Amino acid sequence: MTTVCHRPEGLEQLEAQTNFTKRELQVLYRGFKNECPSGVVNEETFKQIYAQFFPHGDASMYAHYLFNAFDTAQNGSVKFEDFVTALSILLRGTVHEKLRWTFNLYDINKDGYINKEEMMDIVKAIYDMMGKYTYPVLKEDAPRQHVEVFFQKMDKNKDGVVTLDEFIESCQEDDNIMRSLQLFENVM
Amino acid sequence: MAAGVAAWLPFARAAAIGWMPVANCPMPLAPTDKNKRQDELIILNVSGRRFQTWRTTLERYPDTLLGSTEKEFFFNEDTKEYFFDRDPEVFRCILNFYRTGKLHYPRYECISAYDEELAFYGILPEIIGDCCYEEYKDRKRENAERLMDDNDSENNQEGSMPSLNFRETMWRAFENPHTSTLALVFYYVTGFFIAVSVITNVVETVPCGTVPGNKELPCGERYAVAFFCLDTACVMIFTVEYLLRLFAAPSRYRFMRSVMSIIDVVAIMPYYIGLVMTDNEDVSGAFVTLRVFRVFRIFKFSRHSQGLRILGYTLKSCASELGFLLFSLTMAIIIFATVMFYAEKGSSASKFTSIPASFWYTIVTMTTLGYGDMVPKTIAGKIFGSICSLSGVLVIALPVPVIVSNFSRIYHQNQRADKRRAQKKARLARIRVAKTGSSNAYLHSKRNGLLNEALELTGSTDDEQHISKSTSLIESQHHHLLHCLEKTTNHEFIDEQLFEQNCMDSSMQNYPSTRSPSLSSQQGLTTSCCSRRNKKTTHLPNSSVPATRLRSMQELSTIHIQCSEQPSLTTSRSSLNMKSDDGLRPNCKASQITTAIISIPTPPVLTPEGESRPPPGSPSHATNISTASSNIVKVSAL
Repeated sequence: MTTVCHRPEGLEQLEAQTNFTKRELQVLYRGFKNECPSGVVNEETFKQIYAQFFPHGDASMYAHYLFNAFDTAQNGSVKFEDFVTALSILLRGTVHEKLRWTFNLYDINKDGYINKEEMMDIVKAIYDMMGKYTYPVLKEDAPRQHVEVFFQKMDKNKDGVVTLDEFIESCQEDDNIMRSLQLFENVM
Repeated sequence: MAAGVAAWLPFARAAAIGWMPVANCPMPLAPTDKNKRQDELIILNVSGRRFQTWRTTLERYPDTLLGSTEKEFFFNEDTKEYFFDRDPEVFRCILNFYRTGKLHYPRYECISAYDEELAFYGILPEIIGDCCYEEYKDRKRENAERLMDDNDSENNQEGSMPSLNFRETMWRAFENPHTSTLALVFYYVTGFFIAVSVITNVVETVPCGTVPGNKELPCGERYAVAFFCLDTACVMIFTVEYLLRLFAAPSRYRFMRSVMSIIDVVAIMPYYIGLVMTDNEDVSGAFVTLRVFRVFRIFKFSRHSQGLRILGYTLKSCASELGFLLFSLTMAIIIFATVMFYAEKGSSASKFTSIPASFWYTIVTMTTLGYGDMVPKTIAGKIFGSICSLSGVLVIALPVPVIVSNFSRIYHQNQRADKRRAQKKARLARIRVAKTGSSNAYLHSKRNGLLNEALELTGSTDDEQHISKSTSLIESQHHHLLHCLEKTTNHEFIDEQLFEQNCMDSSMQNYPSTRSPSLSSQQGLTTSCCSRRNKKTTHLPNSSVPATRLRSMQELSTIHIQCSEQPSLTTSRSSLNMKSDDGLRPNCKASQITTAIISIPTPPVLTPEGESRPPPGSPSHATNISTASSNIVKVSAL
């Protein structure tokens, strides 16, 4: 039993910092606290929680990248404030903020550029979540083809990496992406 | 500050008046209570059971959930109470902690549940009061052992250590014979040879038949060569085994010092020494003695028998009791031997010639054997003899129960470990069932959902009632999430059987590479949200992947689809729509798509559902139909 215990800042402060109402914060916190009574999530718990939503395949790699995106301080644990800040961006933020957050997720080594290897890792992780029993049968190079298409679209100056501006610009040109970004607006 | 102390603070402050006259310097100013609000009752609603307490009671421990502002997250505006969706029974103990300052651990509570609740409320378990602390610690230790056992057996069973080199694999094979068949074979072979060797040693000494000259010969001398060969074979196997173990051991020095290895060495040494010494007649007497050590081979069985190992371990752990037994017996023997010697000294032709000679009598009497080769003749001797036998029973009976209970404890521990391992399989199976249950739920609802969509498309209303709308909001949101994942990767979830059929069919099918000339890979409009959909259709015309399910086309013209039956939960609609002679055939046959114009299929739907088709029979465009059995269904533009 871990003795690490973290208590979040007050409800009012969090309400001021994020785009959630008090009630929404309450709901979020109860869920958070239920899974992590000690007040922080470590990567193992995060992976377990995420894996419960994807029983078909293996969600651990994607959960790993997600965790790194949530853990802004890069110290291996996600507090409630980090969690709620990220959710606020994802659910209630502007398009620009959402895209920036997504870019941050894809940029595994946080160097400001997405290269093909990072994208391959991410896409492979997404495909891993599908599991084995798919239709059509998952081929070995499906992720690679996916990444090729992605890079063709995003890499405007064809220099092999995608920068934040290229990313935002390309996404804004694509209607599908814009539409899907609005998809989870009213999750709460 | 603990609750008890806080309650006494006003008294302590009042009693400070006693210092005032003695003090030389002025006293510091007393802190004033800034917010002098009335102490209010707080209602804590824990799963429906309402607890009430004063706010100040909770604030005694500001570093816990209830004492800090963290509880505001659980405040319910409408009912003006704090609602916790937790166990009310344990909450009782927790609230008592605030009231009395002592945290108790109820015996009937499960240790992990209790720990979880403590972690939730932010209370450290170390502050459990003395009255309950021992119990808590004991239960915690048991739980930790159980978890460790689970982890150990998990690691052993999964064996997912990819980077084991040859040496480590061999060591694992030796230690745990169930890891591979080779290890099992080795295990049984060595066991067999140990048995053979022991039996040989025993039979060697049995007299079998007489030799002319009226001498009874033991079998060992009569068939000396045969026994020698047998012995050689066994020793060779044991030597090889020992050398292999020595090679594979992670720490050779530690291995050489272990009991089993010493037994191994002792078992094979006599043979080698005998080989060396056969010519030297003088020391052949010693050689004969050495052969006794061959009986130690029987101890090699302890690798094969867990019960033997437990016995050995018990004896080792009861060393102190055994030592006590030995010591007290020795004391008693010496005392009684002395007494008997002096008592019998007077009688003539007494067998009690010296004190050591009386030892034999004392031992035999104390262990209630009573051979009768030495008996006291004087009256005093008889009296002391009877005292000796009575006390013998007592002295032996005392340490034996301790040894027995130790053995029983260790044995039951082992049994529990085995039971847990067996239950673990059942537990994993249950988890797996739950997991497949949830994934099947998604597939099922997907089919129903699409059926629903397609129904709306075709405008058929009569079967809508069949579709159950029993999915909750959470479930539908979860399914939406999975749906988005499918869209992202351009693949879909299907269940295991269909997947296997697909694999079978794609390998079985000998699809001729001729394509219908009317086949075109025109890409129609996609209405899906993913622009990457385009990729999917390039597979279709050339693909040898059978379309085991009819796709519901959104824009299409005449299509002939030769498809197969679905083995699954399709309803009676299938028989309505399919013009097939045999009803639902369980096996998927190969199928091909020959189309005039194809458009992009949306997520495939099970064959017969959702489509209202005209009866098949219109001219087919297909040129080459390879498979014999076919159900040709014509789908016209929607």
